[in-house]
Amino acid sequence: MCGTCGCPSHQAGGAGRAEDPERGRVITLERDLLAANDAVAARNRERLAAADTLAVNLMAGPGAGKTTLLVATITALAGGVPVAVVEGDQATDLDAARIRATGVPARQITTGKACHLDAAMIARALDDGIAPAHGVLFVENVGNLVCPAGFDLGEAAKVVVASVPEGDDKPLKYPDIFAAADLVLVNKCDLLAHVAFDLERFTAAARRLAPAVAVLAVSATSGAGLGVWLDWLARRRARLHAAA
Amino acid sequence: MHELSLARALLTQLAAEAERHAFARVLRVKLAIGALGHVDPDALAFAFEVASKGTLAAGAALDIERVAGAAHCLGCGADVAVHGRGDFCPKCGGGHLVVTGGEDMKIRELEVA
Ligand SMILES: Nc1nc2c(ncn2[C@@H]2O[C@H](COP(=O)(O)OP(=O)(O)OP(=O)(O)O)[C@@H](O)[C@H]2O)c(=O)[nH]1
Ligand SMILES: [Mg+2]
Ligand SMILES: [Zn+2]
Repeated sequence: MCGTCGCPSHQAGGAGRAEDPERGRVITLERDLLAANDAVAARNRERLAAADTLAVNLMAGPGAGKTTLLVATITALAGGVPVAVVEGDQATDLDAARIRATGVPARQITTGKACHLDAAMIARALDDGIAPAHGVLFVENVGNLVCPAGFDLGEAAKVVVASVPEGDDKPLKYPDIFAAADLVLVNKCDLLAHVAFDLERFTAAARRLAPAVAVLAVSATSGAGLGVWLDWLARRRARLHAAA
Repeated sequence: MHELSLARALLTQLAAEAERHAFARVLRVKLAIGALGHVDPDALAFAFEVASKGTLAAGAALDIERVAGAAHCLGCGADVAVHGRGDFCPKCGGGHLVVTGGEDMKIRELEVA
């Protein structure tokens, strides 16, 4: 531990180096590039746990059906569980408006040029009191299968939503996000009869990235498979509650 | 792309270090980037060059150490080297590997003046 500043370690460069005008002194950091984001995320996680709020980070490509699935999930929970939603998009508050139409509070975050949500954006939403105590806070990340994977928000679970028309090769093409998943939902399974999509092939690919991950086929529009998804949420809420 | 966010996160840390350790300029930044990390080293180097213009790190050399990927095979129990996520086990051909190394995105050290 560095005595001057409290950072894990830092040291001046060797004497010879310091005297060389072309050379500066060396400061050893050994710190994660995203240390600042991770610290805010850790704080978010504590705040959410203290409020007994299960935060679920939904990540998917554009149009996989995240918002439709959220609306169906909120409708199925039908007031039995307090729910709120944080919506991330590069522009517009269309998705937040769709959520609010169900009667549930929604906070839209527009990221402008940024391709993902970060922990500070969620911290600001928590400051505004968005997290429902003893309930579920869904975070719909920006539609993107690449960038959201690297940014911890402080969520309790990362759920990746893939959809049948996107094809069954997506896990191997976007490995980072599937490797980070605690659960994978395959949405639009009502289209399985119309699209060449092999659910077993998809599941095998997802498990090459996350060997123990559960893969659930759902349809936000027909309601198929939603019961299993709701059971999963109930188990995760119970687990969070037990840990408190 | 998120490499720009990462470059900005790096610059924010450099500015904080400059205050803490009282230096005016960063001459060199040494990073360790894993083969399985969420960042492309070339894209990060480009983003850093662009984002550091007009900052204390303008013109700083970015020295990127690439850390190899490592995984544990659930099939045969071997610890193996991997090049990417979703690789098969080079020992048994199995497809269930748990990543154990090479996810780093670390700032190792700075050279400052
Ligand atoms: N057939 C079918 N269509 C669906 C299903 N779920 C969503 N859709 C359709 O897919 C399109 C995109 O749905 P959204 O819910 O807006 O998708 P999203 O992932 O929120 O999209 P972005 O927020 O823009 O990234 C809409 O036309 C939905 O009606 C489903 O289960 N089956
Ligand atoms: Mg949406
Ligand atoms: Zn093996």
